[in-house]
Amino acid sequence: MKRKINVNGDALEVDVPDDKPLLWVLREDLHLTGAKYGCGIAQCGACTVLLDGSAVRSCVMPVSAVGEQQVTTIEGADGPAAAAVTSAWRDLDVVQCGYCQTGQMMSATALLETNPSPSDQEIDSAMRGNLCRCNTYYRIRAAIHRAADEMEG
Amino acid sequence: MFENGRFSAKFPRPTLDRRGFLQVIGLSGAGFLIGCSRSGETVTAGGDPDGAAIAEFGPFIRIGSDNAVTVVIKHLDKGQGVTTGLPTIVAEELDAAWTQMRAEFAPADVSLYNNLSWGPIQGTGGSSSVANSWMQLREAAAAARSMLVTAASEKWQVASDEITVSSGVVGHRASGNSATFGDLAARAAGVAPPATLTLKKPQDFSLIGTRLPRLDSPAKTDGSAEFTIDISRPGMVVALVAHPPRFGATVRSFDASQSLEVAGVSDVVEIPRGVAVVADSFWSAKKGRDALTVDWDFSKAENRSSEEIFAHYKELAQGDGLVAHESGDAAASLASAQATVRREFRFPFLAHAAMEPMDCVVEIGDQKCDIWTGSQFQTNDQYVAAEILGIQPEQVEIHTHFAGGSFGRRAVPDSDYVAEAVTIAKAIGGRAPVKLIWTREDDMRAGRYRPMSHHVLEGGVDDSGEVSAWRHKVTMQSFMAGTAFEAMIQNGIDGSSVEGARNLPYAIENMRVELQPAENGVPTLWWRSVGHSHNAFATEAFFDEMAHLAGKDPYEYRRDLLAEHPRYLQVLDLVAKKAGWGDSLGENRGRGIAIHKSYGTIVAEVVDVTLTGNSFTVDKVYCAVDCGIAINPDVVRAQMEGGIGFGLSAALREQVTLENGEVQQTNFNTYRSLRIDEMPDIEVHIVPSNREPSGVGEPGVPPLAPALANALFDASGRRVYRLPIGDQLWS
Ligand code: FES
Ligand code: FES
Repeated sequence: MKRKINVNGDALEVDVPDDKPLLWVLREDLHLTGAKYGCGIAQCGACTVLLDGSAVRSCVMPVSAVGEQQVTTIEGADGPAAAAVTSAWRDLDVVQCGYCQTGQMMSATALLETNPSPSDQEIDSAMRGNLCRCNTYYRIRAAIHRAADEMEG
Repeated sequence: MFENGRFSAKFPRPTLDRRGFLQVIGLSGAGFLIGCSRSGETVTAGGDPDGAAIAEFGPFIRIGSDNAVTVVIKHLDKGQGVTTGLPTIVAEELDAAWTQMRAEFAPADVSLYNNLSWGPIQGTGGSSSVANSWMQLREAAAAARSMLVTAASEKWQVASDEITVSSGVVGHRASGNSATFGDLAARAAGVAPPATLTLKKPQDFSLIGTRLPRLDSPAKTDGSAEFTIDISRPGMVVALVAHPPRFGATVRSFDASQSLEVAGVSDVVEIPRGVAVVADSFWSAKKGRDALTVDWDFSKAENRSSEEIFAHYKELAQGDGLVAHESGDAAASLASAQATVRREFRFPFLAHAAMEPMDCVVEIGDQKCDIWTGSQFQTNDQYVAAEILGIQPEQVEIHTHFAGGSFGRRAVPDSDYVAEAVTIAKAIGGRAPVKLIWTREDDMRAGRYRPMSHHVLEGGVDDSGEVSAWRHKVTMQSFMAGTAFEAMIQNGIDGSSVEGARNLPYAIENMRVELQPAENGVPTLWWRSVGHSHNAFATEAFFDEMAHLAGKDPYEYRRDLLAEHPRYLQVLDLVAKKAGWGDSLGENRGRGIAIHKSYGTIVAEVVDVTLTGNSFTVDKVYCAVDCGIAINPDVVRAQMEGGIGFGLSAALREQVTLENGEVQQTNFNTYRSLRIDEMPDIEVHIVPSNREPSGVGEPGVPPLAPALANALFDASGRRVYRLPIGDQLWS
């Protein structure tokens, strides 16, 4: 059915089944391919986007559950936390294959929005849901600390 | 499949005369094209704007009038960083500025882009990308640089030896002339290529060995990097395949009526590998496949459990194997030894589980076919597609894209997922472009695993207290048997099965390494570091035990038996020094060491662990690596860090098991990969070197698991003989 969803500041109309996950609506209907498919069962975080600022796994969220909430994808991520995350990710060259990284960055952004100077443990618990098979975790942790410093400074 | 069947693991690099050299770097003949040819895929942001005049300097280097230098990358970048490493080599010899460098994936064309380490095949693997491209790209870049200089000298009417090139600027001090590469490119592409080339000396390198930002970072951090799964073609449909639940099972019949009722589903077709459901979107295809019922014929399937297969291996291991290495007389030495140890090791099937599940986009045209995928074996993929479609391999155009990981999975001898996509596109009459997506569950259960293996190690210490005997028998499936690579099996021995075991560097007088080939119906494949992935564990964990038996410190004893190998010693000493080997760690803690050479690169790792009740944590990993010249040290470090995490993940929990032929793991909830909270602190140290570069994508993996097992022994007094470690130390 036809519905409107708010994505990256725009109210967009899509015509999709109610149970279609937000991930596939973003990717197939709105051509926002930054969020990735990795598992489809909320186990890997590759599909992470922000819903009213909180990180969610879009692969298990039916589009009908989005309602009026604001969806932010990597393509529309802005604000101080997103900017700090992007520059830290680039400064430290966190990426390898890169497939998981947009999801990692969205989770990191959501973390820094609520906790501007997280400890290692807080980073671990916020980022545990984001798998990286290239195992870039060491740099992800360092980049989050760096982004936090940058936001502070 | 390939006419000459000329595959050799170490295809000798041709020593070329000038003509041969010009052919290799593609500068023979007068064909320097100027234009806007765009066959490959741009992988870096900020490429030449449309309309910029492009001058080609052979198949690898293009310089635009906008001053961008584009390096055509013949290898797949699946995270290992070749789209940064290969441009670094070019930028160095060209004296370009790093900011003007771009990268673009090459089209499939084996006449230009074959892997020089492999022979007539374009492909990526064996950590060979930098090693085989090293001289090829240096020569190509040095030729291009010389042509730029000639162009400047002609333009300015000055002697070419008075011209300097630095950071992308060509200058002539006396006349005050200067120009960018972009200014000179069109003219330079028209001059005769140089008769001789002078390459830089390593001490004159100004980019190689420095930290240069990855060229793919911007696109991979803003969502614009295009992976196969992101590709969209006009009118494209999405296909999912119902694969047999056991390897070797076939379709007896299927009922598509429910599937075809799902909105968006257009076709349900049987293909050799199962039943494909084609729809207008992933979600419709998924629902369509969920609604499908298939009756499978298991009569020819592998119906055993992995436990049964393993029991069979254990039995096989009792027979004599094929001799892969023999020096001295291991049997006699064992018989006369003062003390002996015999251990059996066991390693599981492992999934690659790349973050991007296998996927491929195919568009069939008249006597042609376009394929978009993270192709790791372009030549293979071309042949397989051509055979299915009845066209020529050259009529298959491959657009290589970034791959969301591979770890070997995308280099498949039968091009499994590519073949599937092409077959489906053909089955729907070429009506529409097809995107095949494997769900995570499909990917996990599709096979092509790192083979399971059984190892018997026996060692003896003689009356002088030295290890004098070593016998190792590996029982496992071949990687190559039954594939296009079968010709690489020599005297029944698949070298990959025993790599890292048959060429142990330790000075042990009597050694015998045997291979006992096994067969079963589970399809296998190389998995990041291939045979080294299990052999490094068996040999380095067992060596540790032998050192213990001989009453020696495991680091010192490795030193003693590596005395003839200065490169190994340097790496070993570096890691021991950085880790502070010999320092006391305190209560409940332990430390282990391992060293292993793979793909020309030597890596040693020290792992520190802490026991915590019925578990343990991995606190820190020290790593030293000698990969020859480190082209981009930060990428080398990244590959070591990633390799350590990958090795740790497998060592802790990863395994694929079968129950009555069915794979038990389905997704990341059951195939449990390392997460951030288990990632240790890591220090990587690179041995300075002027040797030719060797690979770094895989060599970080092998030493991790044995170093960890050795650390657990140090902490707990218990040894690990079976991976994954799981909770076996406490059960
Ligand atoms: S794809 Fe959504 S969590 Fe994995
Ligand atoms: S960078 Fe490859 S999966 Fe994370």
